[in-house]
Amino acid sequence: MEIVNKLLDKSALSALIERLSKSGKEVYAPVKENGITDFAKIDTIDTIDFDCITTIQSAKSLVFPRVENILSYKKTSEDIVVKNVDITAFPEVVALGTRPCDAAGFIPLDAIFCTDNADEIFNARLKKLTIISISCKKADEYCFCTSVNGNPGNTAGSDILLTEISDSTYFAEIVSEKGKAIFDANTDLFKETAAIDKTPHLAEVKQEFTAEAINEKLNTLFESDIWDKQSMRCVGCGACAYVCPACGCFDIQDENKGNKGIRHRCWDSCGFGLFTLHTSGHNPREKQSQRWRQRIFHKFSYQPVQQKQFGCVGCGRCSRACPADMNIAEHLKEIAVN
Amino acid sequence: MENKNIYVPYKMKIEKVTEEAPFVKTFRLKFMNDEDAEKFDFRTGQFGEYSVYGEGESTFCIASAPTRKGYIECTFREAGRVTKALANLGEGDIIGFRGPYGNIFPIDEWKGKNLLFIAGGIALPPMRSVIWNCLDLRENFKDVTILYGARSVADLVYKHELKEWEERPDVNLFTTVDPGGETPEWDGKVGFVPTVLSEIAPSSENTIAIVCGPPIMIKYTFPVLEKLGFTDENIFTTLENRMKCGFGKCGRCNVGKVFVCKDGPVFTLKQMKELPAEY
Repeated sequence: MEIVNKLLDKSALSALIERLSKSGKEVYAPVKENGITDFAKIDTIDTIDFDCITTIQSAKSLVFPRVENILSYKKTSEDIVVKNVDITAFPEVVALGTRPCDAAGFIPLDAIFCTDNADEIFNARLKKLTIISISCKKADEYCFCTSVNGNPGNTAGSDILLTEISDSTYFAEIVSEKGKAIFDANTDLFKETAAIDKTPHLAEVKQEFTAEAINEKLNTLFESDIWDKQSMRCVGCGACAYVCPACGCFDIQDENKGNKGIRHRCWDSCGFGLFTLHTSGHNPREKQSQRWRQRIFHKFSYQPVQQKQFGCVGCGRCSRACPADMNIAEHLKEIAVN
Repeated sequence: MENKNIYVPYKMKIEKVTEEAPFVKTFRLKFMNDEDAEKFDFRTGQFGEYSVYGEGESTFCIASAPTRKGYIECTFREAGRVTKALANLGEGDIIGFRGPYGNIFPIDEWKGKNLLFIAGGIALPPMRSVIWNCLDLRENFKDVTILYGARSVADLVYKHELKEWEERPDVNLFTTVDPGGETPEWDGKVGFVPTVLSEIAPSSENTIAIVCGPPIMIKYTFPVLEKLGFTDENIFTTLENRMKCGFGKCGRCNVGKVFVCKDGPVFTLKQMKELPAEY
């Protein structure tokens, strides 16, 4: 649909949050607790941390929880009864205060889970998620969205994008049908406006390279020693994948208690040696440098072929989370100029 | 309500257990739900996820041929958590099965050709499906040659079927064991598969080679085939990367631009050469 422009006062946003929670929707927003800002369930605007550049973890767990039941079973002496997940019981969720990079992260994630054999569980959660993002007025040295086709005021992936244009007012762009449904039910909170140039209200993130250039360069870099060099410090902890809004790799495990149990899927990472280890002991990616190479190739070379999407949105979370201080933007820049 | 949860397995009953070799068993599995049995269809080369509830899932090929209706079979070696749990089960027990997944051996395209099957050790099971599929449609193919090697005589799987193939006038079977793996009664060959392959030197003329075995066997077998004049398009194999989902989502079998589970497991040598060697 064509984007509809409105204004939303902060007091009206406050009322909107209360109405959404009261209507039975679960509203998640960045909340600061013990010095750390992450997405948490809220029912009032007062608890939102509007100042954080990005939350430590992305919002992906709203559709792809860290650990999630995919079936349950019960064994009797004669039989095994398997119970499906009740996807109709999933709550309606509103993610509020996601950044444009977070919102963009749902696009490659959706492509992974819904290309061929659509994943019904993921799909059901995504269908019930409405994303109200807030444009970035601040960025830090880890942000590189503009180098991977994003920008601090990008609407892609959001259902509504709010851009703070004054201390009391947001410029609201209604981007999708889901966004329109929220607007339609709360028209009294929005005001009319003509289109507004968001640029003066957005953070500046300098473009250092392009995703297309990385993609191009990778065609000849598979055997390069750049992977050894860049991953020398990598400790293989997998934090980069866990905080990444676009990483969708998972493991499947059973948890048994007596005669019953659940089968769950949980986040996994191509940075772990166990990820590809065969039972025979053979490991196709036995060195950390091969696993680092896989991470970059998957996001910038393979995903564009497999799912027609880049697997990176430039949020910089992996660099912020890395205990060895590997900076993906610097490494990508090095690849781009190689 | 139709179950669209792609992670929920079919319920299968173990109908028959065959001890093939030390720590290697074959299960014949039947669908417990008649509707599932009717709906289910697979083609040779495809695989599935077999589960023991409480232990997890394990990936193996469907070792029976699609021409043998009413059941599927799998052959596995006790190696990890799930295969150990499977090995503890017996006839009448229930397991889960998801599948079929992956691509197929293009046997329709092999019509009118000679077939050369080369397998090593526990890699005969994926080959057994395509061998029986082709033998059940025997008139479609010219010469059928099977070269199968294992570490020792005890490690040869499907011993009764090897005998059947040996006795068939329309199959040339060569069996071999690694040096030191022979018994006094052994009347097959002694030597590694690639060595025996150069000895028997089958013609590459109008022939498709299907190779499956441990990485080391594969590595030394391809050059022999190339020397015999086989082109990369006429050499097929089936890859086995670690998998969880089986349909290209969990990410772990990803090699280059393909997923072994979704785009494979069957690849020609030509296709393999276009992939990074991460298998």
